[in-house]
Amino acid sequence: MPRDTEQTPPAAVLNEQPAAVGDRLLAVANGEDIPSEVHDRVREETPVLEIDRFSLWYGRKQAIHSVSMPIPHNQVTALVGPSGCGKSTLLKSVNRLNDLVQNVRITGDMRLNGDSIYDPRMDVIDLRKRMGMVFQKPNPFPMSIYENVVYALRIDGERNRGVLDEACEVSLRGAALWDEVKDRLRDSALGLSGGQQQRLCIARAIAAEPEVLLLDEPCSALDPIATGKVEDLIQELRGRYSVLMVTHNMQQASRASDYTAFMYLGRLVEYGPTSDIFTKPILRETESYVTGRFG
Amino acid sequence: MAQHIERQLAQLKERILHIGTLVEEAIAKSITAFINRDKKLAQRVMLNDDEIDRMEVEVEEECLKIFALYQPVAADLRLVVSVLKINNDLERIGDLAKNIAKRASSVALTDGVELPPEILAMATLAQEMVRESLEAVVNSDSALARRVREEDDAVDEFRRQVREMVLAGIKAETEQVESLLGINAVSTHIERIADMATNIAEDVIYMVEGDIVRHRAGDA
Repeated sequence: MPRDTEQTPPAAVLNEQPAAVGDRLLAVANGEDIPSEVHDRVREETPVLEIDRFSLWYGRKQAIHSVSMPIPHNQVTALVGPSGCGKSTLLKSVNRLNDLVQNVRITGDMRLNGDSIYDPRMDVIDLRKRMGMVFQKPNPFPMSIYENVVYALRIDGERNRGVLDEACEVSLRGAALWDEVKDRLRDSALGLSGGQQQRLCIARAIAAEPEVLLLDEPCSALDPIATGKVEDLIQELRGRYSVLMVTHNMQQASRASDYTAFMYLGRLVEYGPTSDIFTKPILRETESYVTGRFG
Repeated sequence: MAQHIERQLAQLKERILHIGTLVEEAIAKSITAFINRDKKLAQRVMLNDDEIDRMEVEVEEECLKIFALYQPVAADLRLVVSVLKINNDLERIGDLAKNIAKRASSVALTDGVELPPEILAMATLAQEMVRESLEAVVNSDSALARRVREEDDAVDEFRRQVREMVLAGIKAETEQVESLLGINAVSTHIERIADMATNIAEDVIYMVEGDIVRHRAGDA
């Protein structure tokens, strides 16, 4: 396995507060591998997605170091960690968006409901249909609210008006947006507020009935009220959808997720029930991150 | 942010320790007043309790402020929650010291009733437990906190012995009933002080390790 020789630890980590950071993070900063602390309760859940010794390189730079983690079915899992820890890269690897980046090399695998995501025979378009993804910045298509929501069904060849209408209403209700837009479904989606646009993107994603919903910092471009609404929505999705979410906002992870995984410089450090991670994490390294002492 | 909350938490710890010092002083003086039948000293203990009450409210307000403004998590959360509870326990120890002082100033202990050595022993041990539990708070020392928990049984045993002695005394010498009842009441207060020290110790274990050990005897 190629070692990453270029990656230098951030000076701030090594110089400013080594004592508070903890041995594992220092080891990681020095390029060593560490065992991940995965709580038993995570392993007891039925996984929808299994990340199995997954490593990823951008050219010679290794961004993810042998991460193994199950993502529980119908629960919300949050990936947290300081910038550059690999959480977004990991998320984008789930639906193989990293295929579009040059010089990316991976080892290990991920399995969606048992199907190998990186199997050469896997049809990437089919794979992406099985997942929904919502990005940092709301990206509604420049078309009506209605057409945005039923987009996936249309490209799948669905023509039946009744089916489309129903999918539109169910998805918009599921995304807690129906009451706000039901009277203007034909209006352009670009006229919605930022928070509404983001919920529309979630409605568009769930219209395709994905097996996993991937959220990449879904609230970072939203004001606190819109953030609150999207967080409420994420909570409501729990139990019906399996959500994997990347967030910078620690409080968002604590409010909206069932499980939280703490990553650092491409390694999974600790992964457990959110309530435990934010009250009594096993590792003091995690403690120093969630309390804002580090990162 | 982290530095800010760290400063607040350090101040909070200082304040709870200040209350702890006042409370330790109150217990020591109330017991001395009781032993020496020193009404003046007893008066002082009763007056000083207002200061403890005032500081207890301040610490509680400080904790609520930290919850609202910083939303502490993990170790920080456990520290603030523990301080909130320890604060309450210290205030109650203050009240118990005041009750002992009241007995010292009201009960006529001049009728020749000897104080049983058990009550002196239990007073010493309870004071030691309070001192150790506060030391455990300062040093986040859960091992010391566990020792405090164990010491509570010895205080309970002393309390049982004092009670038996009082009962026997009442049966035998009826004219000393008031003094004996006074001794009995004071031993109850001391036993409660030791219970509060145990509570503090249990909060320290939670603060350090995240485990709630209350109502779980023997797994210390």
